[in-house]
Amino acid sequence: MKNLKALIKPALLLMALAMLTGCSEKIAVLNPQGPVARSQYHLIIWSLIMMSLVLAVVLIIFVYVLARYGRKNSDGFDPNDTGNRRLEIIWMVIPVIICVLLAVPTVKTLFSLNQPPKATAAQAQTAGESLTIDVTSVQWKWLFRYPGQKIETVNYVVIPAGTPVKFRLHAYDAMNAFWVPELGGQQYTMTDMPMQLWLQADKPGNYDGRSSNYSGKGFAHMTFKVMSRSSTDFDRWVNDVKDNKPALTHEKYMELLKPNTVKAQAFSSYPAIVAKDLNKAQMEALMNGESVDTDSMHGMDMDHESGEGGSQDD
Amino acid sequence: MIESIKSFMGWFFVTGDPMIYGADASIALASIGIVAVLTYFKKWKWLWEEWLTTVDHKKIGIMYIIAALLMLFRGGVDALMMRAQLTLPNLHFLDAEHYNQVFTTHGTIMIIFVAMPFIFGLMNIAVPLQIGARDVAFPFLNALSFWLFFFGAMLFNLSFVIGGSPDAGWSSYAPYAGAEMNPGVGQNYYLIGVQISGIGSLATGINFLVTILKMRAPGMTLFKMPLFTWSILITSVIVVFAFPAFTVALALMSIDRLFGAHFFTIAAGGSPMLWANLFWFWGHPEVYIVLLPVFGIFSEVIATFAHKTLFGYAVMVWSMVAISVLSFITWLHHFFTMGNTAPVNAFFSISTMLIAIPTGVKIFNWLFTLNKGRIQFTTPMLWALAFIPNFTIGGITGVMLAMAPADYQYHNSYFLVAHFHSTLIAGTVFGIFCGLHYWWPKMFGYLLDETKGKWAFWIFMISFNICFMPMYFLGLMGMTRRMYTYPAGLGWTPINVVMTIGAVGMGVGFIIMAYNIVWSAIHGKKDKTGDPWDGRTLEWATSSPAAEYNFAHIPEVSTRDAFEAMKEAERKGEADSKKPYAPIHMPSNTGIPVIMSAFMFVAGFGCVFEWYWMAIPGAIGVIACMIARSFVYDDHHFIPVEDIERTEAATGRLS
Repeated sequence: MKNLKALIKPALLLMALAMLTGCSEKIAVLNPQGPVARSQYHLIIWSLIMMSLVLAVVLIIFVYVLARYGRKNSDGFDPNDTGNRRLEIIWMVIPVIICVLLAVPTVKTLFSLNQPPKATAAQAQTAGESLTIDVTSVQWKWLFRYPGQKIETVNYVVIPAGTPVKFRLHAYDAMNAFWVPELGGQQYTMTDMPMQLWLQADKPGNYDGRSSNYSGKGFAHMTFKVMSRSSTDFDRWVNDVKDNKPALTHEKYMELLKPNTVKAQAFSSYPAIVAKDLNKAQMEALMNGESVDTDSMHGMDMDHESGEGGSQDD
Repeated sequence: MIESIKSFMGWFFVTGDPMIYGADASIALASIGIVAVLTYFKKWKWLWEEWLTTVDHKKIGIMYIIAALLMLFRGGVDALMMRAQLTLPNLHFLDAEHYNQVFTTHGTIMIIFVAMPFIFGLMNIAVPLQIGARDVAFPFLNALSFWLFFFGAMLFNLSFVIGGSPDAGWSSYAPYAGAEMNPGVGQNYYLIGVQISGIGSLATGINFLVTILKMRAPGMTLFKMPLFTWSILITSVIVVFAFPAFTVALALMSIDRLFGAHFFTIAAGGSPMLWANLFWFWGHPEVYIVLLPVFGIFSEVIATFAHKTLFGYAVMVWSMVAISVLSFITWLHHFFTMGNTAPVNAFFSISTMLIAIPTGVKIFNWLFTLNKGRIQFTTPMLWALAFIPNFTIGGITGVMLAMAPADYQYHNSYFLVAHFHSTLIAGTVFGIFCGLHYWWPKMFGYLLDETKGKWAFWIFMISFNICFMPMYFLGLMGMTRRMYTYPAGLGWTPINVVMTIGAVGMGVGFIIMAYNIVWSAIHGKKDKTGDPWDGRTLEWATSSPAAEYNFAHIPEVSTRDAFEAMKEAERKGEADSKKPYAPIHMPSNTGIPVIMSAFMFVAGFGCVFEWYWMAIPGAIGVIACMIARSFVYDDHHFIPVEDIERTEAATGRLS
């Protein structure tokens, strides 16, 4: 039965690893640091339990039939055992039940992710109830604009802990995806369709973010840091940026839009053109002196599920 | 003048990388070697008459499989290069541009030029024999399908040394794959090469749909067909409905790139997301195009080596039908994270989960086919058995990915990569290796060595698990696909080292299999009976390899497992008396498919470089071949009775 053992081993390994990982901080997705990631984590664990049951049943039957009927001269050979209506109904109904058990929380979570998470800390003075940040992916860097605070950062973003943050996602050129695994699942950034993603961090800390959709040569380096800070630290940081960082000039902005990788940086203000969220084609048309139809950018309304979200902007 | 030639050559040929120069040299040497061997042994005529112009489904099947094995080698080398680069953080074995090309060609080659042609090869060999037919419904079209695939694959592979490879991923998402951000010819190679081969695939789908519906032996009703034939019938329907979407998508992107249109561009109102929809509207059914046939192979092999009729035949058929229908309403799960509203994602989450139901039913029916069987652990059976637990892991992680909110965390990470390799390797690759060992004696008249086959199996299967089980955790740690390197200190390194070891092991398994093929060609056990495995279906009723006409008499079928029933009748002494032979009507060989496809290659190469002085004559050549074909009236011949008697006597089948 050498062959059987070798088949079971990978499965055992998988389960052992799964158990080990429950307490590992290296596994970002299994180490949720905010309500969005946590709701997804619960879903993942629930599905893992259900699916482990399925795998266990398959493996038990598999090992049993091979051990029982794989021997030479085993008794019980029955070439006319060609079907069993009752059994077949059983293994059609059980998967249906499992699907229902998985589908219900899936749909619930799906709708709940459209709503802002509940705030768990006192609000920062400069942020208010919730913070809105406009994110633009450019080959191969991340621009973060704080429309309420009128500041801009590159390749890092500071958020107040315990406060829901609405990320509005855009792409300047290639499609990318905005992913901070410890805070929650990803969304794409696209040139012709603004997207939104609610995230919230439980407590102060630094979290790795990266692009998860391939966008060319510098893609692997397209990472950013999310720094969660207490309300007071957040206020201090905003004021520090406003007072001490250089302004983002038009020339500097055009420089940032070129495809390359850059260091993290912060700017105390930004020119009006930044707020238009132009994509590459529109920007080039503008530079050529053509008029730009920005209406096409809002062809698809991402906010209609939670339209009230817009009113929470300060 | 000389300067301009120099600069042209520098741009035309891929330069600057020693590995590419090595490939240039080896391609040149291999080509010279092949030409020299063919000339020295005076085999040109043989090559032309026996292979290049053949319309025999068995020979076409063998050519498909040879081409697919070569492509598997190349795709595997691509995989090993990627694993080498990712073994440790911050390696410089490949630079970003080279790595991006390698993962693009790996994916495209493995799906389009390995999985599909391998399956097309096996179905070419087995389906006409299983239904008791003498050839497919459209033998000319069948040859054309093969040659279109072959020249499409050659065109795609040429990008490696001439002009540069595509680097936008096998899914080739707009707008990155568009001319705005991806100038050069690489992406054109992808579009045109895959398009040419895709036309061949569509034709194959039509061909086998008609073959199975119209050419079954008398008495073989649909529900008496072998399961593999059923799987191909359903697959053919999927091909016919899914491929046109891809053909259109490729054509639209080609028009974007070559003629400056704006279907998928950022500028002028193009919609990048439209590409994702069209691509996956083909791409998801494509998954089942490469999976359902191996479900068929496993059904045959498990029944044969459990020495039992398949458990729950009707349910097995209907579950495949259900999968084929569902496969068309799940495509959006490939981009849950692209801003769909909650109700849309909910619909596609549930439709995707539903696929688990018929698939689970199939798993249990296979297990219960084994139950109460007399299980024989041959090499093909080992591949089939290993499929069950390994594919189940791919299946359950598929259900996990189907849950949209959880998918936000899995999407584009190595969790996803691990999932689709679990299904495509444990499903499709195990399946084609299983089918290759199973039908090998029918193709060549001798068996592959069992000991070496089992060594290859164990090494490949265990290495597969070493490579891909840890990958799930790497995804949960946040490593995304298509990164050419990663920094140290994220805890990703140990897993990457283990994965590379597994990948090397899979390579070793493949080499042992290749060695087994060479060894068995010289020393392999001859199959004199035509039925080496105690088979149950009609392909084992004829000699190995089958005669040109497959069956001297078309068999008459009264039950499922028709050949098993014939053997049973013979054991009871009820075998019917032999009838006299009659001349057999067969299609004649033709050189038009290979010539027409070669013109297609010329036209395609012209389009890749936007050299219309080359593309237009190529296209005219294609049309001229079509016209020439429509004036061929003498496209068939009869095999006289004496020839049939001689052939049958040679295999000891003359009564």
